[in-house]
Amino acid sequence: MKLPLEGLTVLEFSQYLAGPYAGLRLADLGARVIKVERPKWGDACRQLATKNMWADGDSVLFHTINRNKESFAANLKDPEDLARVKKLVAQADVLTHNFRPGIMDRIGLDYDTVKAINPGIVYAEVSGYGKVGTWRDKPGQDLLAQSFSGLVWHSGEGDQPPVPFGVAVADMMCGTHLAQGILAALVRKKRSGVGAKVEVSLLESILDMQFEGLTAHLNLDNQTPKRSLSNNAHPYLGAPYGVYQTADGFIAIAMGCMKKLADALEYPALAAFEDQDRCFAERDEIKQLLADYLIEQPTRYWLDRLTKVDFWASEVLNYQQLTSSEAYKALDMELSATRKPGVAITTTRCPIRLNGQALKSEKGAPALGSGNAVIEKEFGL
Amino acid sequence: MSLPLSGIKILDFSQFLSAPSATLRLADLGAEVLKVEHHQKGDLSRSIYASQIDIAGSSAFYQAINRGKQSLSANLKDADDLALVKQLIRQADVVVSNFRPGVMQRLGLDFESIQAINPNAIYAEISGYGATGPWADKPGQDLLVQALSGALWMTGADSEGPVPMGVAVADILAGAQLAQGILAALLCDETKLVQVSMLESMLDFQFEPLTLFYQDGEELSRGEVNPAHPLVAAPYGLYRTTNGYLALAMGAISTLAELLDSDPLRVYQDRGEWFAKRDEIKQVLADLLSTNTTEHWLAILEPADIWCANVLDWQQLLEHDGFKVLDMVQTVVTGQGERYQTTRCPIRLDGQLITSAQGAPTLGEHNALTKAKLQEA
Repeated sequence: MKLPLEGLTVLEFSQYLAGPYAGLRLADLGARVIKVERPKWGDACRQLATKNMWADGDSVLFHTINRNKESFAANLKDPEDLARVKKLVAQADVLTHNFRPGIMDRIGLDYDTVKAINPGIVYAEVSGYGKVGTWRDKPGQDLLAQSFSGLVWHSGEGDQPPVPFGVAVADMMCGTHLAQGILAALVRKKRSGVGAKVEVSLLESILDMQFEGLTAHLNLDNQTPKRSLSNNAHPYLGAPYGVYQTADGFIAIAMGCMKKLADALEYPALAAFEDQDRCFAERDEIKQLLADYLIEQPTRYWLDRLTKVDFWASEVLNYQQLTSSEAYKALDMELSATRKPGVAITTTRCPIRLNGQALKSEKGAPALGSGNAVIEKEFGL
Repeated sequence: MSLPLSGIKILDFSQFLSAPSATLRLADLGAEVLKVEHHQKGDLSRSIYASQIDIAGSSAFYQAINRGKQSLSANLKDADDLALVKQLIRQADVVVSNFRPGVMQRLGLDFESIQAINPNAIYAEISGYGATGPWADKPGQDLLVQALSGALWMTGADSEGPVPMGVAVADILAGAQLAQGILAALLCDETKLVQVSMLESMLDFQFEPLTLFYQDGEELSRGEVNPAHPLVAAPYGLYRTTNGYLALAMGAISTLAELLDSDPLRVYQDRGEWFAKRDEIKQVLADLLSTNTTEHWLAILEPADIWCANVLDWQQLLEHDGFKVLDMVQTVVTGQGERYQTTRCPIRLDGQLITSAQGAPTLGEHNALTKAKLQEA
């Protein structure tokens, strides 16, 4: 299958997660992504190992985020290297970077300079908190962005301190928005020939993610997120919405008619709360009733009763249980990305299917500078 | 500024949050989005999703998700309405749905049928768990997808059991992936079908911890003290102070020990211990940081370029200059003249904000207009 971005070249000056995650998605969709990295160290993520997992000298984390890319090592402070990079820039379709504000200007690869070299380029940049204002020089880091944004008041129970998402959600959302902005700019370029500058920030992206609650808060009094005292799963949703302990594990129960829930569980005490407004206003009480009751029987017992009447509920899985399920296997979500014989990482594929097919490039993450010779020749650097 | 998708027509059969969040983004980027809604009930997010929070006659969440779109009410089981919808499909660039697998087939609006009507149209759909497999018919609902995806073991502490993320993250991520897929398809002539599931989007979201799991088969431990990310060493977490909370991201414990002049922290000089002993180290930090104000600690740590921040709630955020300068809030107006505030598109283009003043539509608000436009065409 011909991929939609085939023939497009993306230069990735980005490091760590947000920018490279956008680059990964563009690579999945068919673009040729070349990481432009400083000699000797490269993308700082190469040295950022989690669980001390390494492969061929780079962290497994780096391999995960940078599969299906090439690497061009260049010292941007060296005039000869910079001249080579500028020749590359002249032939690229997209450039991404996530340096702190001001760095690309000092290097001489700011938008105006790059636009003069290549007027049709899509120049895309990531910042932490925008490029002006009191936070512009704060490190653009996921936990800090979560902490500024109010997100940490959504998870956990009502009497707990703030609870961050345990995944780098600001980075991931921001990378997603970067990819969207780039793709939209490419659509415009295809139609009208003009290039573009695309800007996103961790903070704006993590605020966008909270757009529903923020809209409630902006227009109505008393609409700051309030977590229920127990079994919280979403501060704006009433009972039964939450995860409950059972005799042998846990069950997740989403929204639905309380009368139907009372009948399915054979728990008449719930029927008193049939009114939708009470489900929210008295959710602490209802959730406590449910928690006391659901712990008496195993998960399967409750699930059978709830799924029979199509009440939205499910078991709670860990990775072992998930990956051994038939449903997971049917998704065919894993791929093996190989750098060279003996260096392969099993990781997840792109979550988008095109024309009914999963996108499964098996090209691994590049060793630092491994693309230099080929790229110099091909682009005449 | 010419918006990138101006002139692109999207016919949107989806409801709730997942796919509608994708069409919201595409509307921001200039596309014309027409919601095709059930003639009586409309998009169910109007009424049954956070319905206690009402703005302009529908749930605040509905208003946030559907601003900048138009609404056609139709009974897809009625022959005349279906014929009208098929006429609209002839003119559409993109058709979007998020019904459970099989529903669009029964309506005669599945991919093949739409291809037969308009071979140029891109068909984009979100499912809960993919079109096949044992979970295909399960409800594609955010909390359930989170629960099945393993994600409930990422947030909170080990002793708390599974902890959901308190925003509809599976919906939002699936919508974001769908928007990417649609935009990519608009760039080439060969891609006509774009499919995303909420589960696959949640797995992609966890690509880092899942990849580690694929290598060693071990479940992650979140730790007990101030947990913030299962894979990151101390001091990473949020710490209570005398007047609020302080966020500390990655940083060297040895450096923190000197800056904070803490002997109990100086014990941990070996970088290799900062992950293995993270609970111990974080407890030392928690005890120390609880003795003074957030501002006090920021004044010591920020000048030393330690990655730290004060933890804000929305009230504090909205009053902060750092937020105001982003100009993130916009006011929109409904067709009935009601105004409400909401966030804008988070992407800036050519140095400009992308805003749109149009609020969300009432059910069937654009029926007459849609029919009139069809007759003109």
